[in-house]
Amino acid sequence: MPATYQNPRYAWRRPDALGRAAAEEAAVVILGGGVVGLTLALDLARRGTPSILLDDDDTVSLGSRAICWAKRTLEIMGRLGLGRRFLEKGVRWGQGRVYVQDREAYAFDLLPEQGHEYPAFVNLQQYYAEEWLVEACAATGLVDLRWRNRVTGLENRADGALLSIETPDGAYRLHAQWLLACDGARSTARQALGLPFLGQVFRDRFLIADIVMRGDFPAERRFWFDPPFHPGQSVLLHKQPDDVWRIDFQLGWDADPETEKQPEKVRARVAAMLGPDIPFALEWVSVYTFRCRRLERFRHGRTIFLGDSAHQVSPFGARGGNGGVQDADNLGWKLAAVLGGAAPETLLDSYDAERIPAAEENILNSTRSTDFITPKNEAARAYRDAVLALSAKHALARPLVNSGRLSRPAVLRGSPLNTRGGEATRLPPGAPAADAPVLDRGRPDWLLRHLGQDGFTLLALAGTGAPGPAPPPGVARLVVGETETTGALLDHAGLVAARWDLAPGQAVLLRPDQHVAARFDRPDPAAIAAARDRALGKPA
Amino acid sequence: MSISTEPRLADPDAFYAALMEAHRGLDEAASRRLDAALVILLANQLGDAAAAEAIRLAREAVAGPLGGTG
Ligand SMILES: Cc1cc2nc3c(=O)[nH]c(=O)nc-3n(C[C@H](O)[C@H](O)[C@H](O)COP(=O)(O)OP(=O)(O)OC[C@H]3O[C@@H](n4cnc5c(N)ncnc54)[C@H](O)[C@@H]3O)c2cc1C
Repeated sequence: MPATYQNPRYAWRRPDALGRAAAEEAAVVILGGGVVGLTLALDLARRGTPSILLDDDDTVSLGSRAICWAKRTLEIMGRLGLGRRFLEKGVRWGQGRVYVQDREAYAFDLLPEQGHEYPAFVNLQQYYAEEWLVEACAATGLVDLRWRNRVTGLENRADGALLSIETPDGAYRLHAQWLLACDGARSTARQALGLPFLGQVFRDRFLIADIVMRGDFPAERRFWFDPPFHPGQSVLLHKQPDDVWRIDFQLGWDADPETEKQPEKVRARVAAMLGPDIPFALEWVSVYTFRCRRLERFRHGRTIFLGDSAHQVSPFGARGGNGGVQDADNLGWKLAAVLGGAAPETLLDSYDAERIPAAEENILNSTRSTDFITPKNEAARAYRDAVLALSAKHALARPLVNSGRLSRPAVLRGSPLNTRGGEATRLPPGAPAADAPVLDRGRPDWLLRHLGQDGFTLLALAGTGAPGPAPPPGVARLVVGETETTGALLDHAGLVAARWDLAPGQAVLLRPDQHVAARFDRPDPAAIAAARDRALGKPA
Repeated sequence: MSISTEPRLADPDAFYAALMEAHRGLDEAASRRLDAALVILLANQLGDAAAAEAIRLAREAVAGPLGGTG
């Protein structure tokens, strides 16, 4: 168990339905209180939608798994009110360095430009993220957090899912009109529905060691191929808060997980890496085999899968947790709109249309990285080693070195919710909003803080004089001006206009999840209403 | 077709001999790495489309079309 972190223990409350013959009724049930289920519960609550959240445990992640939270996740957490906590506690980074044997092969910068509230990445132990999400969920008063409620059976029906639940005091049944299955890679819901979870296993093992040390490595991602301290294999180093460092040692397929987890053995590996003079303590150790696989479809009537229960990736690229948080970001507003009567149920089909391609992109990238790190055959090994050998001297080989292609937000190109037009701009329909510094009545602020808190937003760049016409009901308007204008944010650095490719008089319609729904050269209320309806899945 | 399959080397025998010479004294694994390094250097010279075309032609020559049963 970690020495720097004490897991909170959440109180268990006896459910009222215990021992009753009739099933308890609920509109929205979230199965699984991991980072994805909690994010979804908080998102729904922020939109006024209550939920019941079931988790078999009474605490957050035991030991850290995810540590790298990408810019888009931070922006989503910002929208949910937790962004500052990630920034304050987390370790910011944006640069990576790749070593081959004992020399540096190349370095990369994931966010070379200034003017974003959030950095490319923040490293933070998964348990902190979950703990803060639990606190925030509880504070809304809209999330019924039910710890030590283990789902043991599920019947998927046209009118929802009937769950069998076990608690320390006995069993009960819960009928959910909507079930959001966020129960992780070993998903009970997936198994209960008999859904195949297909993909591949990489024939390799990785030792993940979190250690405590006062090291003076910089806050950047360091990756070694074939280093002198761990010959023939790769090693990855990341800095976390609390003087905790994450080290991944590639072990090879033949390694025995039990032997490798022995503290003396792990200590010897770490000491070989750090040298004899750096004291350290082991915080958490585990051995993993990585997989990439997904469900064929994520929506199964009234049961919808999110996060690791829907798709699983290898950690190279930090796409698991970050991808799952985007699932929650995508589904939350849609479900709230359906439940509130603002959108037809078919809007939820767009979750599949948008998040399956996103999962495929994550699987593709993490598969390519893992194939590079763990060559499948002699030919693959020869190419990999040739790329590494060339990379030291020749720039041409460096882009081929693949130690992980780090999580990027999905651009929902081709989504049925997009209105055509502006595909060639920097921010086409489907793209997530780009942040930029602005001045709000003279005070420095960030653009994203003004988007999607409350439904759809029309972002308009003011022309000289009056801002555009009033948007249709239900669409908030945000005006950004190139010069000081009353009621408008000031684009003092010109970065809103540049990053959004906007000229004065043009406007962009944003969905509640801050993705672009439509762009307008001459925004008129009828066109805006049509685009909004389209984004709500309403038939034209 | 984006790559030329007409002869372009002025001295094919010399090229072939140089290739064989480069492999001299290498064991199986090193030989493979050498070929791989060569492919990467040449592919960069060719560019995406031509490199993809070369992969397709090479595969066809030794093992049947890609994606087929060959
Ligand atoms: C070593 C490692 C490093 C990683 N690093 C990163 C990283 O840097 N960045 C990143 O983005 N991702 C990373 N990931 C992936 C990330 O941890 C997962 O993608 C993420 O945890 C998925 O969240 P989830 O909420 O979908 O599932 P989980 O976190 O697995 O949560 C599922 C929850 O459901 C509960 N549950 C399960 N079954 C039941 C049941 N029957 N009844 C009630 N409750 C149930 C569980 O108790 C759990 O709380 C890493 C993973 C590993 C293993």
